[in-house]
Amino acid sequence: MSDAIVIGGGMVGAAIAWGLLRQGLAVTVLDGSDEAQRAARANFGLVWVQSKGDGLPEYAHWTREGAALWPGFQDILAGETGISSGFSAPGGLHLCMSEEELQGRRDLRARMHNIDGPEAFDMQILDRAEVADLLPGIGPDVVGASLCAQDGHASPQGLLLALHRGILKQGGRILPCEEAVAIRRTAGVWEVQTARGRHAAPTLVLAAGTGNLALGRMVGMEIPVSGLKGQILVTERTGPRLALPTHKVRQTEAGTLLLGDSKEPEAGSDDRSSGAVIADIAARSLRMFPWLSEVNLVRAWGGIRTMTPDSFPVYEAREDLPGLFAANCHSGVTLAAVHALKLAPMIAAGALAPGIAPLSSRRFDVPTD
Amino acid sequence: MFRPTDTAAAAAVEFTWEGRALAGREGDTVAAALLGAGIAATRAHPLDGAPRGPYCLMGTCFECLVEIDGRPNRQACQVRLAPGMQVARQRGVRP
Repeated sequence: MSDAIVIGGGMVGAAIAWGLLRQGLAVTVLDGSDEAQRAARANFGLVWVQSKGDGLPEYAHWTREGAALWPGFQDILAGETGISSGFSAPGGLHLCMSEEELQGRRDLRARMHNIDGPEAFDMQILDRAEVADLLPGIGPDVVGASLCAQDGHASPQGLLLALHRGILKQGGRILPCEEAVAIRRTAGVWEVQTARGRHAAPTLVLAAGTGNLALGRMVGMEIPVSGLKGQILVTERTGPRLALPTHKVRQTEAGTLLLGDSKEPEAGSDDRSSGAVIADIAARSLRMFPWLSEVNLVRAWGGIRTMTPDSFPVYEAREDLPGLFAANCHSGVTLAAVHALKLAPMIAAGALAPGIAPLSSRRFDVPTD
Repeated sequence: MFRPTDTAAAAAVEFTWEGRALAGREGDTVAAALLGAGIAATRAHPLDGAPRGPYCLMGTCFECLVEIDGRPNRQACQVRLAPGMQVARQRGVRP
């Protein structure tokens, strides 16, 4: 019997499983099949601080801590597996295409400075000329940008591969095609029934993205997650074009340019790319960087990403369900380091720290009378 | 290594590969003409330098990238050979 079972081998589940192994636990990851909805495949790869936690200070803290942990996290993971997660933090730009949008960033900056003061949040508002100094070749419609020094980006593929290798290297197990069909607790142990067999452990982590809705109901818990379709485009490799990532266009360490992204809540489980959305994304990207017209598009794809009602993460631990935890978030790459190095030790210790208590779904239970 | 299965006579189409004069057959793609001329490695991978060449021949794998008439990263399997084309190895990424 394992010490812990993690349901879900994506960005969230793999980071937690890897972190639990570092705490000395024996861990089994129950992963889905190739047909499963995998948000990790649709991740744009930003490690993004500047927009996170507006309206929920604890989420701002959590994100800032996660970004600060990323360099050390990448070093541990690369040392263990030899695989680069492609992380760098040169700062990140939110390009603004109108004066209204730029004013929105100024307002955001003021609100974010109200959380722990300006020292904890390094964001500047840049005018057009200042943006052009950082990113030559911006289009005429770019009026300015917000630049956050804490932002960066990583390779979702590299990170997920490194986490999986790291899990195996530490003696963990990753079992594919093990979708849970029933969960019950017997004599202090969680039992997970899958199509292939039965697994048991005193600690159980639900980290199956949109699948957590069904998993939560198996134990009488309502986890408010839904799918949000996102499409991404990728170009051929080019020499260095973008010294730092923007919220919609970034250059990967391999030289390709990623253009993102759409947000399609009505798509259901249909993750196919579509011509109209590809055209929208391409047109928006061209307004930001007209020189993209010379660069060949190579592929487009879509995926179903995890969303919560207020877009903030949901971490669950309930007194009536001892040893059971649930984790859901939209930003699996940004939060990978904090999931591995902070959340996993909390789970190993059996309780979530008070600092992230406001990130439980109890925040949605507002009395209506 | 590769021979045309269609043995009917076809007009020769002259082109250059890395400055060397070669000929393909009318109707060939650039990739088919290169393979027919015994050239299997048409680029070096920009990250690890490994030799790569035409593979899927249907526009999907992007292994057959070459420079054609000065334009980088063209898919050789998606471009019809034309007389006088100057085809060159894709070196590294485009600028």
